[in-house]
Amino acid sequence: MSADRGAGALARRWMIVGEWRARPGRVMLAALAIAVGVALGFAVHLVNRSALDEFGRAIQAVNGEADLQVHATAPVGFDEALYPKLARIPGVAVASPVVEVTARGPVGEPITLLGLDILRAGHATPSLVGERLGGAAFGGGDSPFDGDVIALSAAAQHALGARAESQITLTAGGRSASFRVSGTLPAVGEEQRLGVIDIAAAQWRFGGLGRLQRIDLRLAPGADRDAVEAAIHKALPADAELVTGQSAARRTDSLSRAYRVNLEMLAMVALLTGGFLVYSAQSLSVTLRRPQFALLRVLGLKRRALIGQLFVEGALVGLVGAGLGIGLGLALAALALRMFGGDLGGGYFSGARPQLAFAPVAAGVFLALGLAVALAGSILPALAAARAQPAVALKSAGDVVDPRHRPSARLALLLLAVAALAAFAPPVLELPLFGYGAIALLLAGGIVAMPWLARLLLTPLRRLPSPSPAVGLALERLWGAPGHAAIALCGIVASVSLMVAMAVMVSSFRGSVEDWLTQVLPSDLYLRILTPDATGLDPAAQARLAATPGVTGISYRKTLMLRLAPDRPAVALIASSADPGRTLPMLGAPKPIPPGATPVWLSEPMARLYGKHPGDTLQLPLAGQPAPVFVAGVWRDYSRQFGAIAIAGGDFTRLTGDATRGEAAIDLAPGVPSDRAATAIRAALPAALASEATVVRPKEIRAIALQLFDRSFAVTYALEAIAIVVGLTGVAATFSAQTLARAKEFGMLRHIGVKRRQIMLMLAVEGGLLGAVGVAAGLSLGVAMSQVLIHVVNPQSFHWTMETRLPWGLFASLAAALVVASAGTAVLAGRGATAGPAVRAVREDW
Amino acid sequence: MRALLAALAAVGMIAAAPTPILPDYPRVRPGVHLSFPTDHGAHPAFRTEWWYLTGWLRTADQRDLGFQVTVFRSRPAIDQRNPSAFTARQVLFAHAALSDPAVGRLLHDQRIARAGFGLAAAATGDTDLTLDGWTLKRGGDGRYRTHVAARDFTLDLTLSPTQPPLLQGQAGYSRKGPHPDQASYYYSVPHLAVTGAVLRGGKRVAVTGEAWLDREWSSTLLDPKAVGWDWAGLNLADGSAVTAFQVRDAQGQPLWAGGSFRRRDGTTQALGREAVTFTVQRRWRSPRTGTSYPVAQTLALKLAEGTRQWRLTPLFDDQELDSRPAGGPVYWEGAVSAPGARGYLELTGYLTPLAL
Repeated sequence: MSADRGAGALARRWMIVGEWRARPGRVMLAALAIAVGVALGFAVHLVNRSALDEFGRAIQAVNGEADLQVHATAPVGFDEALYPKLARIPGVAVASPVVEVTARGPVGEPITLLGLDILRAGHATPSLVGERLGGAAFGGGDSPFDGDVIALSAAAQHALGARAESQITLTAGGRSASFRVSGTLPAVGEEQRLGVIDIAAAQWRFGGLGRLQRIDLRLAPGADRDAVEAAIHKALPADAELVTGQSAARRTDSLSRAYRVNLEMLAMVALLTGGFLVYSAQSLSVTLRRPQFALLRVLGLKRRALIGQLFVEGALVGLVGAGLGIGLGLALAALALRMFGGDLGGGYFSGARPQLAFAPVAAGVFLALGLAVALAGSILPALAAARAQPAVALKSAGDVVDPRHRPSARLALLLLAVAALAAFAPPVLELPLFGYGAIALLLAGGIVAMPWLARLLLTPLRRLPSPSPAVGLALERLWGAPGHAAIALCGIVASVSLMVAMAVMVSSFRGSVEDWLTQVLPSDLYLRILTPDATGLDPAAQARLAATPGVTGISYRKTLMLRLAPDRPAVALIASSADPGRTLPMLGAPKPIPPGATPVWLSEPMARLYGKHPGDTLQLPLAGQPAPVFVAGVWRDYSRQFGAIAIAGGDFTRLTGDATRGEAAIDLAPGVPSDRAATAIRAALPAALASEATVVRPKEIRAIALQLFDRSFAVTYALEAIAIVVGLTGVAATFSAQTLARAKEFGMLRHIGVKRRQIMLMLAVEGGLLGAVGVAAGLSLGVAMSQVLIHVVNPQSFHWTMETRLPWGLFASLAAALVVASAGTAVLAGRGATAGPAVRAVREDW
Repeated sequence: MRALLAALAAVGMIAAAPTPILPDYPRVRPGVHLSFPTDHGAHPAFRTEWWYLTGWLRTADQRDLGFQVTVFRSRPAIDQRNPSAFTARQVLFAHAALSDPAVGRLLHDQRIARAGFGLAAAATGDTDLTLDGWTLKRGGDGRYRTHVAARDFTLDLTLSPTQPPLLQGQAGYSRKGPHPDQASYYYSVPHLAVTGAVLRGGKRVAVTGEAWLDREWSSTLLDPKAVGWDWAGLNLADGSAVTAFQVRDAQGQPLWAGGSFRRRDGTTQALGREAVTFTVQRRWRSPRTGTSYPVAQTLALKLAEGTRQWRLTPLFDDQELDSRPAGGPVYWEGAVSAPGARGYLELTGYLTPLAL
């Protein structure tokens, strides 16, 4: 018994080591494929995690460590009378009022400026109390109440170029004030640009008398949280809302969740492609060793032992690959963080450059995933090897499938049908999980269909009169050995289809964005006041601007952020003097507006996120009380993922009493140079606003927007490129292996008079045909997947739609590259396989 | 109204010079007649002011406790033009402590807030103090009521005057240093009869006792050379009252001293710096701050009827109060007794010089 086991182990070692020694390239390639998949997945995960940690820290830093917070729904804030009401609620230990504005330094760098009552903040949010400011809170030093001093975080100090005791001038809402830097905020994260001044000074200097943006609350020990929250809810006016730690975290999470999930899914796709490469490598290796296995079986090796043997092989490949992948992923993540920042170019976490945080648990998970994929890739070949009849297998390394047996499409059709069903399922937890499932099923169905499809595509070719024996031989071979063909094809199909799907999605998206930019930016010049929170262009300034020579038309806009639900990011409210119903890119026919109703137009993400349709009504928290408005239409918007509401400027002024505007779209008379007009417009601005105004041409905005777009898809492009390379390598490896294995066949052919040149031609045709079949299948599968991405995944995760655009140029070059690569590698490998004398090739001497 | 304020602020910003307008603190002068109940209320123009309640309590099971409820008012030197409701025109700081020999150290808590929004206020006209739920109020009947819910205990006390206010110094003008400006308006209410309850650990314990209220307000109190002071207020068993203080310099020598002795019949002798002597009997070192306090002292007063001495013994040694977390000082404030006398001893400036 033990001798048996010893012999088994010896045989195992001999077979594995022997195989690896004989064909190290193939094993390495399979391991590398797993490594690439694991590395990509792990790197994306690490970057996301590091970025989220950083983002979470940033939120925490601005918020301190309050138990609960009440936020203003709009930057103008809420009435400060709420503060004593909340402070008196039983169970509230400390209520710390906060003024929060975005201020800019002399060069325009934005910092978050908090106005705090140090005596309250010291208990509610100690990390926001400056080192020196907090020192002498009572007694002789009156500095804690001094309105002229500021404590800055390290990043703010750096951004403003401020040193201790130096004077800095900050501007917000068109007002400027000078402060002496007297303290630091050591407890605030390194990347946070934060300044803290006295709350009274903040109200006075930046024009927010009587208003607060936030109240931080600390609960008394043992307080009934639910009861306190209920009491707070009762006290809240319409322009304030309660944010608990949980809902803040949810909001943070939802900011980038869809983007993150998409990237991780892409990484999974890379891993899956790796799995197919393992499958194809293992299948080949199994096919080649069938006679060996048969011999072992004849010698008494049990079927189960053989399967175990192949499993161990797969596991070793997976382990080596996944281990390599973890290391590679770590390096990749570090590189990506350095190059793209924490959001991988997504634009969600501005300013922060996070530290890489190694995640041992995630590393374990990805290691296991890599191993699982490798094992899954080995299981089919192992079963096939074990199933083979030793007597038959002993003689040939040919196709497992009998050529007379017609491959069935039944399983493939079933998989594709389930995929179609899954595509129509709703999102789960606001994530398009079924959409991704549909893509995976499409891929699986496509792969399973390959033998059948290969035959289907080759049958008409086979019926054509053959131009030469080489082509005929190639066709017969492919037709007759669909199993071999399918193995070679599945790698190609997997990588091509996923690549094509992503490419179609990105090009559709980019095209739609480009169109949309042209539609929403029709004017010649755009003016924007950078901090329009409190003030902006008043009606007098607006009239003066409109009278600038060369200006034929001008429309004003004001954008402010409204928070409609406590656990969702704020939506943009855009008041525009140009009729939104006619100037915005509307989707579908607008509803007639009932008399007396105030119409608003929702952006597509807004409509989807809040489940509103044209004809519905909505309550907007404006000027402290909810105002009912009528949804007149839905427009396409790519710039605000969390929603936007357009309202006519007149209605906005009527509802809020605010006639100031922060943006202007300017049409110029024909022939007026835009730069000269821009100078004239700048000169017409009120002096306080001139320094905060930017004038841009739509061309610049479009360029910036597309640049941002490309930046946010940079990682997608990179992943695509990697998928292409993995795919091509896989194709090359598969072909060379298959070709080398057919040395005996080539020897036979040469014996019956086929020339070496003809064999080369045959191989080239075979490779080219396989490549072509793979490209055809991959393209159609990819386009189908892209439709799932465009119509299911994108609307479900980003809440916007787009029009499909096929990148024909990319398709053509991809097809050409693949066909050439497969033909080329087949020929190259064939040269090696036919190099020796034909006699040796047919001798059975293994 | 708010829009008007905002508009005014905007005008102010354009018109006003960049130099801030700082508060103009009134000086303390002799010859000012204190009138009640107005002077029971706050004097917001002055830089600092306090209401200082200390006393001995006795529980139903005859155990002694010491208590202290003090409220400080401060007027910071900030720009007076700021129209914001958050402007720290007045800042209130309150302290509550309970001395229980069974605990062996002070139980104490504090509150601090800028006045405003009804959350923190020191009313003028009569004593009416609110600070985040802590209150000290003098009613129409002349009784003080205080409610203090501290972290480890709650005090609910009613304090009834049994004697008229005792004006310290020259009719309430009390010198604190060599310069005539270094002075405060100062009166005390000794022999306050206390009834009420102390809540601890959810248990309400009825108490009775006798307390002392010190009232003081000033703009320039201490000499620059002063580092701290010792103060004692004793209710004597026969109804008379002793007040004594000394201001110390860095060497521990008295820079100034003073006090008063009010006899049972109501006649009062004001005491100058030569008439008051504190002599250290025993020191106690705080294991937390390392500060050494003269917790047992002999107080000697030169009175018309001859020198009288009281050997002050603390209820227990560790009555140190560290109010640094709220930005306050570290000091010793404890219940002390001498034969026929019970009161409080305050020892400040022993760790670091006291700044007011």
